[in-house]
Amino acid sequence: MFRIAVASGKGGTGKTFVAVNIFQSLIKSGLDAVLVDCDAEAPNAAAFFTKKLTGTIAVTQLVPVIDESKCVYCAKCHEYCNYNSIFILPPVKIIKVIVDLCHGCGACSVACNYGAISEKPDSLGTVSLFSEKDRVSIIESRMDIGVMSAVPVIKAAIKQIDPGTGIAILDSPPGTSCPFIETVATADFVILVTEPTPFGLSDLRQSVETLRSIDKPSGVIINRAGLGNNAVRDYVDRQEIPLLMEIPFSKKTAEIYSEGKILAGTDPAFAGSLVSMVQNIIKDHGNSSYKR
Amino acid sequence: MEIAVISGKGGTGKTSITASFATLGGDVVLADCDVDAANMYLLFNPVHDEESVFVSGHKAVIDYDLCTSCALCMNYCRFDAISEDRGRIVISEISCDGCFLCSRICPEKAITMVPDDKSRMYSGSFRKGRMVYGRLAPGEENSGKLVNAVREKAKQTAAQYGLETIIIDGPPGIGCPVISTISGVDRVVIVTEATRSALSDMERAVEVVRKFSIPAFVIINKFDLNESMSKEIEEWCAGNNVVVAGRLPFDRQITEAMIESKSINEYNPESETGKKLRVIWNKIVS
Repeated sequence: MFRIAVASGKGGTGKTFVAVNIFQSLIKSGLDAVLVDCDAEAPNAAAFFTKKLTGTIAVTQLVPVIDESKCVYCAKCHEYCNYNSIFILPPVKIIKVIVDLCHGCGACSVACNYGAISEKPDSLGTVSLFSEKDRVSIIESRMDIGVMSAVPVIKAAIKQIDPGTGIAILDSPPGTSCPFIETVATADFVILVTEPTPFGLSDLRQSVETLRSIDKPSGVIINRAGLGNNAVRDYVDRQEIPLLMEIPFSKKTAEIYSEGKILAGTDPAFAGSLVSMVQNIIKDHGNSSYKR
Repeated sequence: MEIAVISGKGGTGKTSITASFATLGGDVVLADCDVDAANMYLLFNPVHDEESVFVSGHKAVIDYDLCTSCALCMNYCRFDAISEDRGRIVISEISCDGCFLCSRICPEKAITMVPDDKSRMYSGSFRKGRMVYGRLAPGEENSGKLVNAVREKAKQTAAQYGLETIIIDGPPGIGCPVISTISGVDRVVIVTEATRSALSDMERAVEVVRKFSIPAFVIINKFDLNESMSKEIEEWCAGNNVVVAGRLPFDRQITEAMIESKSINEYNPESETGKKLRVIWNKIVS
């Protein structure tokens, strides 16, 4: 299997647009592919397709439950917790778990010498599986509202990829922090989608530097080409980063996307260029296959 | 008054609109809380007079002179960060959550927790007042702690310089940094655009804002890219008691202004977008 992450430092550059169009084009040309929406805070990829929901997986973490009849208010659990999620006032015998801050590390249970802490699962989100012809083709991670970190849900979604699949397309979360790293770390190649504006350039630069620090090969797609200036092109040239494609700005494209439709479905030339782009990436990087 | 601008979906024009608000009235404190992609400084070239180190978390590091490869840490780690590779215990920097548990239970005291200290917070002046912004180092956990630090600094700055308005450019998404951005503010502005994806992300953002009972205002940007979609967003807002503060057309001048390091209201205040933004701003602060 070959895994391609589609990412962007800046949000809204067309990352999901590129991911769904690549996926659609691969499938249409008879290739075996799976689309994984790792943007768990704002998952939008599955909505472009009409595939059948064939399974859901609840993602939970274990949070502490304190048995106050056994607690001696020694505050050791509070001391062990690095996330300030145990609130304790020993003189007045008050102890409370602040579940929203808990990362489920289990340190408090290890700390407690009185058997006062047990654990229960707490919901973080859902992984949904969408299938076609008995085969999972879209995996969506969706974080619950109010949850702090998307990372556990993203991890759970990536775990669902069948290693027998030919190509996995990972729609990555924006930014360059934990959720982004978690997604791109598992990929063989990263497609960075940017736009030719000062904000686009600034965020692209940060993404490129981050990917270099973890030795991840990448290439760039400039979306909405013609809208801003040439600074992004100059940067990509100077840094010798492969420019994979330029997608010209068009109101028509923006309109098709805004309706939740896929351009590659009605534009065979665009679909064809996406398929050959992916085939070239695999040809050049196919031997660097990710292992964990 | 503290006003936070968020979006759910990225790239809806949140930062450009925030920049416009910052240049519409008197001097303000501008806080860039999109610490993952802090871009506001590109428009305003602030002169920073203060830089501080921000520790975003910790990472576990093994001292191999002490490690006996007992693998106890591996059994305790809930983040799949510790594995064994040919008899050697390895900690993945990417997966480590910095919970300290392995360092506490290691019988050989072979694990130390090293602070992540590459992130920075800056404060300084710009042409419309004071600016505070954070820059999170790549790969560090955006736990909202840096957002809290930026907001705290912005409040101090407002008091120190006698500035009444704090405008916050928030991060995309609905996670921890967004929650830190909006908790306790007086107004939340949600910038959306006329696409199906943006509507779905806006619905999630509104739900987060609801948890804090803060008045929310929606701005539909680029409404003319799909007017029926824009109508659908307005209908959703009407049905969910969310105020639509205004609609803005798709406008290439926003990008032109950005290239000139200006907000649209500095670049062309009499443009349709400029005028509309002035009306929207007055609605929000009234």
